[in-house]
Amino acid sequence: MSALLTLNDLTVRRGECPVVDRVSFAVQPGEIIGLLGPNGAGKTTLMRGALGLLAHEGHSSLTDLAPGPRARQAAFLPQEREIAWPMPAEDVVALGRMAHGGNRAGDQAAIERAIERMGLEVLRHRPATQLSGGEQARVLIARALAQESPVLIADEPTAGLDPAAQIAVMEVFARHAQEGGAVVASLHDLGLAARHCTRLIMLERGRVVADGTPQEVLTDANLARVFRIRAHIEWRADGPIFQALSVISP
Amino acid sequence: MSTRYAILMAGLAAVVAVLFVASLLIGPAAIGLGDSLAALFRGEGEMVTLVMREVRLPRAILGVLVGAALGLSGAAMQGLLRNPLAEPGLIGTSASAALGAVISIQTGLSVAFVWALPAAALLGALISVGLILLLAGSRGTTLTIILAGIGISALAGALTSLVLNLSPNPFAASEIMFWMMGSLADRSMVHVGIAAPLIVLGGLITLSRARALDALTLGEDAAASMGVNIRALRLWLIVGTAALVGAATAVAGAIGFVGLVVPHLLRRAVGARPARLLPASALGGGAVVLAADIAVRLIAPDRDLKLGVLTAIVGAPFFLHLILRTRRDAA
Repeated sequence: MSALLTLNDLTVRRGECPVVDRVSFAVQPGEIIGLLGPNGAGKTTLMRGALGLLAHEGHSSLTDLAPGPRARQAAFLPQEREIAWPMPAEDVVALGRMAHGGNRAGDQAAIERAIERMGLEVLRHRPATQLSGGEQARVLIARALAQESPVLIADEPTAGLDPAAQIAVMEVFARHAQEGGAVVASLHDLGLAARHCTRLIMLERGRVVADGTPQEVLTDANLARVFRIRAHIEWRADGPIFQALSVISP
Repeated sequence: MSTRYAILMAGLAAVVAVLFVASLLIGPAAIGLGDSLAALFRGEGEMVTLVMREVRLPRAILGVLVGAALGLSGAAMQGLLRNPLAEPGLIGTSASAALGAVISIQTGLSVAFVWALPAAALLGALISVGLILLLAGSRGTTLTIILAGIGISALAGALTSLVLNLSPNPFAASEIMFWMMGSLADRSMVHVGIAAPLIVLGGLITLSRARALDALTLGEDAAASMGVNIRALRLWLIVGTAALVGAATAVAGAIGFVGLVVPHLLRRAVGARPARLLPASALGGGAVVLAADIAVRLIAPDRDLKLGVLTAIVGAPFFLHLILRTRRDAA
């Protein structure tokens, strides 16, 4: 199968200093990739660079595409959950159809699917700005789903969600991947990443330091070096259990 | 929702149509109701026909055009900046257009040629657009645009004060003061001819960006990832707003609060979607300016009450009320 997204030596500089430094990887259909790294590791910058929202060196397969086709190839969920106007939640979700232009019948079906997947039926007519932070996050995820782009790039999609909503989001991502799409999501919750991602990419100061299955990436050595923590991980048959234990003093 | 929007638009259009006719019927010359409308379509030469065609018709047309320009540009600026406190004058065009007009009054050009004042105002507007593009240009952010607009407004305001300050002629100074208050009185078809093409052009440019403004609701990154060219959006909206506001100021002077309050009033009714707010605010602005222009003629028929003064007196308290309402919603 051909990759949905390919990065080759992607570099994003702030001034002279590279914030993302020669990052290369390919995203295959069916993958749920967790981007890990401490604050300032370059996760957000990497995503924005890959989407062509920032000037970059190297190559991203997305920026070969014109803005319209690019939006149909990859949907982006920024970290800032911004909804400027008190639009009904369903109208916010409908914005995801922008990239597709005209076809109204198909639009409505995609909007209904996204609303159903995120469980927004009861909220759909409420002004989005009056919803709680977690509800707004779900509305915005539904907007990205409604875009129906194969690649879904999400910047901390589970931040601020209650445990049930966090798991629900990861399950929505899994379904998207099963249907032939792929998800790239930055995550701070390593337990969630270990359980729900098919592949993890660990960043440190803009560079990829580990890339592989959760078991390959979440090693004691990597956790100590990149996150400066000690953790307990149990790789059980029904999925890994991760618990951070203590900070390693330098 | 869609039918509700259609009903709203039809209702607003009907209100504009009624106020337009009402505007034609009101004036110092006592003309019967039927007579006045019939005179519009009758033969040349009669006094009534002259009053209707040369005095009241341009005034009513300008009321619609100026109001639509202010409402539309206000909605566009609020959409672009994602801020309900944004207003058409934000990018400095109205202050610069006023400066151009003031200079033409001061130099006496406006007396020599009827088109000199609006032309000078448009030149001022054009210079302000040039400046803002230079300052905020293709690499600027929305914040740069706001700051550049504040700077340009301050500079134009200071230069206007300087012209007044140095004016050796008290009559010119008082004429300048009165012009700046904003009015639609004593305008002619020449003014319509100057303003109409620019307002139509600016309107088309602005309305063509409606969908992109909808996407911008979710922030610049999200909108860009949905295929919106943010830079082009900013440039087009600056150019469109400048054409709208420049033309409106050139023929009517400074008419405040319409561009700020009208989008506020209609936001809920259109489900807060910027794309729907644009045309609704254009109609709403037309209705408000027509109504205000009728009101100044009814309240003080002999005193030449200025339109801009009335819109500010009514608009400012109303705006304060809106702030209170926003505060309640946020709490």
